[in-house]
Amino acid sequence: MKVIMLGLLNRIILTILISIITTLSFADDQHSNGANTNYLNTDWSFKGIFGTFDRASLQRGYQVYQEVCSGCHSVQHLSYRNLSEKGGPEFSEEEAKAIAAQFELEDGPNNDGEMFMRPARLSDKFVNPYPNVEASAAANGGAYPPDMSVLAKARAGGADYLYSLLLGYEEAPEGFELDDGVYYNKYMPGNKIKMSEPILDGIVEYSDGTQASKAQIAKDMTTFLVWASEPHLESQHRMGFKAIIYLIVLLTLVYMSKQKVWSRFGASKDQEEEEAYDKVEKVVTKYEGEDPKTFK
Amino acid sequence: MSENKYIPKTKLAKWFDSRLPLLSLSHHLKEYPTPKNLNYWWTFGGILTFCLITQIVTGVILGMHYVAHTDHAFESIEHIMRDVNYGWLLRYVHANGASMFFLAVYIHIFRGLFYGSYKAPREVIWIIGVIIYLLMMATAFMGYVLPWGQMSFWGATVITNLFSAIPLVGESITTWLWGGYAVDNPTLTRFYALHYLLPFLIFGLIILHIWALHVPGNNNPIGIDVKKNSNETMPFHPYMVMKDITALLVFIIIFFWFVFFAPNALGHPDNYIEANPLVTPTHIVPEWYLLPFYAILRAIPSKLGGVIFMFAAIFVLVALPWLDTSKVRSSTFRPLYRKFFWVLVVTVILLGYLGAKPPEGIYLVLSRIATAYYFIHFLILLPVLGRYEKTDPLPMSISDPVLDKPGLIDKFKKAAGQYEGDNVGSFK
Repeated sequence: MKVIMLGLLNRIILTILISIITTLSFADDQHSNGANTNYLNTDWSFKGIFGTFDRASLQRGYQVYQEVCSGCHSVQHLSYRNLSEKGGPEFSEEEAKAIAAQFELEDGPNNDGEMFMRPARLSDKFVNPYPNVEASAAANGGAYPPDMSVLAKARAGGADYLYSLLLGYEEAPEGFELDDGVYYNKYMPGNKIKMSEPILDGIVEYSDGTQASKAQIAKDMTTFLVWASEPHLESQHRMGFKAIIYLIVLLTLVYMSKQKVWSRFGASKDQEEEEAYDKVEKVVTKYEGEDPKTFK
Repeated sequence: MSENKYIPKTKLAKWFDSRLPLLSLSHHLKEYPTPKNLNYWWTFGGILTFCLITQIVTGVILGMHYVAHTDHAFESIEHIMRDVNYGWLLRYVHANGASMFFLAVYIHIFRGLFYGSYKAPREVIWIIGVIIYLLMMATAFMGYVLPWGQMSFWGATVITNLFSAIPLVGESITTWLWGGYAVDNPTLTRFYALHYLLPFLIFGLIILHIWALHVPGNNNPIGIDVKKNSNETMPFHPYMVMKDITALLVFIIIFFWFVFFAPNALGHPDNYIEANPLVTPTHIVPEWYLLPFYAILRAIPSKLGGVIFMFAAIFVLVALPWLDTSKVRSSTFRPLYRKFFWVLVVTVILLGYLGAKPPEGIYLVLSRIATAYYFIHFLILLPVLGRYEKTDPLPMSISDPVLDKPGLIDKFKKAAGQYEGDNVGSFK
């Protein structure tokens, strides 16, 4: 009776579980918000345990940022010195200084109590295109272009999403209402985006001679954004690999010591179990094996 | 192995120990007898202590660089990530450390549920544990607010707003909590102060938790009392210490994998967008470890009801030692409870999943069913099971059940039955 009850309970529980899983997977299908989350595929050099940035791509990415994006988007948490630091685009210090000097910012007050303009230095943060968020919103039809410092971490899908978004501009499908100054993008949640298509074939001319195709520009720009949001990614990967190898070696040694220490405590547990098991096994086979009638 | 009394070896030690028995204490901690059959699920106590210490150490250093002000908090986090030496490491250890802390505490709690560790004489250990868990949730919630991202702000808004459901004084309490009429700078600064304070309260409670544990001694997978002065126990050091360190290292490897290779996998991308009171995120969700309670909160149609049920879901654990009426501790010998235990595990995971989904349609229906089942488990099933469940026979000592190799006992019974049935007459 008990066995039947348990079997029945098992079956009820299993049925409920399976029905929950099927309903949920069905419900999930119904629940996408119109955005395509099937992002375009590119192999990123920075993915994986050993991932590092492609320097040339980062340098090109900076060029794209400066020529295309920086008119509207700030990268306020990045400093000019970061451009020459290890693990980044690794411009030489002179190049980074020259880049910084192209921008002007307000400093002061000086000894006369006046604010003044001066060229940016390596220690300065990237100069913002607008004095404040309100100004950037006013200049862009009410939607302010987000700061790009941590953009790659602030969007679900990360690098793949940004890359796809840059390439995701399309004609709006029949019957899809778009206001003035709003564009259709198949990867944007809700498919409506206020940024006009930012990159086109040949919109920049790469100084290193790389073919400036749309896909190439999108890839370089995305790489730059990932680095901007995680400038220590390379040392993070390196240290992580070392730490985990070290821990695995340590774990092996500790585990062996533990076994050794435990073996001091009388017979080891396994052995004890094995002996007890053998004892019972012997009795059982004796009962089963021999003809019960002759057993006395 | 029995625990012998500490005998000072030198005059100085004797002098000191008779005035402050620290040496006796360390002797006790070293010699503390533990059941020899403790499995790896028992290593999570040590792992949790490690987690708390890691959080406190990284947290104190982060506190040296963090600025608790709505205008600077987000920026100061980026300053830590970029400019502070190994700041990224400290922050990622601290952020993922919180998740790992909860992962470990959930395993610890469910281990207690499975092996009946909350039953007499260990009720006080259990209740202190529930209080620690509650404080952990408060601490983690307030810590999540500090970066002042979108989820920080809106999470804080949603959770503090819950108190406005209290009749009559609700609105005043919320204003008092906020230090104003909305979540703003005063809220952030007080959350920072409390986030710094609570871990030390937790630390104190952990000392009480361990103290209360050392009175009756550890439960064990078999759930019967061990004889302390026998070969059923072994001294804590070096046996359990070595086992704990082994498990801790495995835990740290998983922990570090997240820190170095997927540091943001457990967080929400929206928290990298600076808080903006004018823009509400599409879905406001708490961190994963709070999701089951969030699902319960939203499953109840009334706001006050949701708050009551959410807190009841935690406080029902306080009454657990008396709700479970079974005298048998370990589920190993409770065939029915064992099933319901796993159903409860699935229910809680399901609630966590539903907490991350919008409260509509099938999700809402399921979270209502799961919430109902959660309470039925504790309030109805446990008291009833204890009375009617036919438990398996308990072994005489923790050394016996090694005989319970799969199928062996059945085989034994069958052989014995056959023997008895066929040969009762001929047996002399």
